[in-house]
Amino acid sequence: MNKVNFVERADIGLGDAPLQKNLSIFRNFSPLARAKTLARMDNVEQLRAWTKDRKNFSLDNLADLLEQFESEVTKIGGQVHWAEATGDLNQIVIDICQQQQAKKIVKGKSMVSEEAQLTHALIDAGFDTLETDLGEYIIQLAEEPPSHIIGPAIHKTFEQVVELFERHHPLGERDLPDAKAVMFEARQLLREKFLEADIGITGANYLIAESGTVGLVTNEGNGDLCSSLPKTHIVVTSIDKIVPDFDTAMAVQRLLVPSATAQDITCYTSFYTGPKRTDDADGPENFHVVLLDNKRSDILQSKYKDILRCIRCSACLNHCPIYTRTGGHAYGDVYPGPMGSVWTPLLNGLENNHDLPNACTTCNRCAEVCPMEIPLPDMLRDLRRDEQQAGLQPKRWTLGMKISMWLFRRPTLFRWTTKLTARFLKHRAMNTNAVKHLPVNNGWMEVRDFPAPEGDTFFERLKKQRK
Amino acid sequence: MANIGMTTSQMNKPSVGLFVTCLVDTFRPSVGFASIKLLEDAGCQVTIPEQQTCCGQPGYNPGDYESAAKVAKHTIPLFLDFDYLVAPSGSCAGMIKHHYPKLLKDEPEWYDKAKKLSEKTFELTSFLHDVLQVKPKSTGTVSSETYTFHDSCAGLRELNIKDQPRSLLKSFNNIEIEELQNTDECCGFGGTFCAKMPHISDAMVTDKLLAAEATGATTLLGGDMGCLLNIAGKASRQESNLKVRHVAEVLAGQLDAPAIGCALTSTKEPIK
Repeated sequence: MNKVNFVERADIGLGDAPLQKNLSIFRNFSPLARAKTLARMDNVEQLRAWTKDRKNFSLDNLADLLEQFESEVTKIGGQVHWAEATGDLNQIVIDICQQQQAKKIVKGKSMVSEEAQLTHALIDAGFDTLETDLGEYIIQLAEEPPSHIIGPAIHKTFEQVVELFERHHPLGERDLPDAKAVMFEARQLLREKFLEADIGITGANYLIAESGTVGLVTNEGNGDLCSSLPKTHIVVTSIDKIVPDFDTAMAVQRLLVPSATAQDITCYTSFYTGPKRTDDADGPENFHVVLLDNKRSDILQSKYKDILRCIRCSACLNHCPIYTRTGGHAYGDVYPGPMGSVWTPLLNGLENNHDLPNACTTCNRCAEVCPMEIPLPDMLRDLRRDEQQAGLQPKRWTLGMKISMWLFRRPTLFRWTTKLTARFLKHRAMNTNAVKHLPVNNGWMEVRDFPAPEGDTFFERLKKQRK
Repeated sequence: MANIGMTTSQMNKPSVGLFVTCLVDTFRPSVGFASIKLLEDAGCQVTIPEQQTCCGQPGYNPGDYESAAKVAKHTIPLFLDFDYLVAPSGSCAGMIKHHYPKLLKDEPEWYDKAKKLSEKTFELTSFLHDVLQVKPKSTGTVSSETYTFHDSCAGLRELNIKDQPRSLLKSFNNIEIEELQNTDECCGFGGTFCAKMPHISDAMVTDKLLAAEATGATTLLGGDMGCLLNIAGKASRQESNLKVRHVAEVLAGQLDAPAIGCALTSTKEPIK
């Protein structure tokens, strides 16, 4: 597994001018748009509380609901497959494709498939596999990982997309003046692929146990083309998407869409309940749902259980002052931003990702906007605690912290320390009002000055005044 | 003058234990004295418990809950006997109000004390505005400065402090705030974050400084020394003319100290 150095990757993002331009537009637009949409909804807080309760209920009854879901899917002629690890998921999908003697696969956007690197696995196994979500299609051409869980290509500028299309599409000289032209070109090319495909793969936003229904929201309609045109539809998703009933699914959806894209509703909301029935005009002949665990059962038993309520809306990314400056690739895996800083260490090991829980100022903006009220900053703090206990925090920082905390319980000694600190910094500032250099190299002084203290401490001055 | 180490309430005045905060103590004593003045003017009996140090966030945020709990146990008894604990900081008040009870949840005796203290813990401007509902003694103190305001994350999201300082500035000083773009966004301080990930912190504080300058304001006010040291430090490095002050200094009319991190030549603010 890759050892993620978040700080180094963040530096690349910070130095990437086109990315910074995109992120700055995104940062200024996205939170306002979400707030505006939620403001015209009634009783959002009640909806949030109710949905959170229902998601907790789903998690508390996870095994039963999953069994119910499987039994319903089986009843209507579909098949549910269980994948413990990402490799198992890929093998199950490859096996289905081989049984179908498939050659061509079209795929909708699915973060679980990104988690499993399914597209790479299918291509390696010899299948012609094409991403059909426009953002996923762009990053497939660019051979890059997604940088956002909803907008996988938000790091790409318009000019970069045009350049990719001109390089990869054998269409000769043509004009691509605007986003509409680019989109139209992609649509023309992708339509043929949908018609040729043997297999369609999609993700899922929720799984409804009572009816064995898979719910999916998209804005491009590619999900429906993937699910209904090819002979076989494979849904790849994870066990935490289960909800007991349609009401819960709708509550999730009502919160998901404004939180994700500031829309009231997405252009397409699709429900897949089994394969084509005899009277149906269209639909797949074969219907498979592959459910990934990948440590989620372990997380359910841990203090990080709350993260399983995550509905992948991206509100925490969009509001994170760090994500919106580094971009998603800095996080080194498919889930970036605050939710990713919790998920990635849990999925891939804290020792490989110990920077991520520290990529947080505890500003709490993510927790405030999370529709599922996941206490992300508290969980990141808990992960830092795990780091402390596993000795993964830099020794220098831990030592400094321990000494400070020891001093805070020794007021007399502490008074001397503050006095010396104030004197020292005042002296270093000389006749100016800020310290420009310190003998030790540290991150604070690298990018800003240290404002000079007044020189005496509060407690010194108080004592003097009382004399 | 405020008491040191005394807890007696006199003449039915509300007794306030002032939690000075370690940053004010070390870097900006003027804020502590401005806080005392504001509280005394509002009719409080102010006491400053001598044994107070820091709220413990430097250990709590990196995840050392044991040592944070020990610091909490050091702080709690110092303030339990007052009617209120008031701090000129949303961050420290938030720590005591919300995180002390969490830290001590497994020790019933301490948990009860932490809960009791939590209920009477307030940040300075919200205490003046929401609890005391102060009326200014004299209005119309106007300076030639234009002001913008930085909402600290802890104040804003842990304690719902947004209108209180603005309303006080209006009634005390007749000051209207020129609002920052993305005013609810973090300035990039985040305790040790700013030193652990300086480049990201730099991008954040640079944006905050640019947003402040774009308002046309000459002074940025805020209620938390961590943010203010960060923003002032960046302003100094950039040789910006923006001045930075704690809101308590302006509310109390105590502007003798030069603005935080400001070049000494441009610190005099004529008060009309």
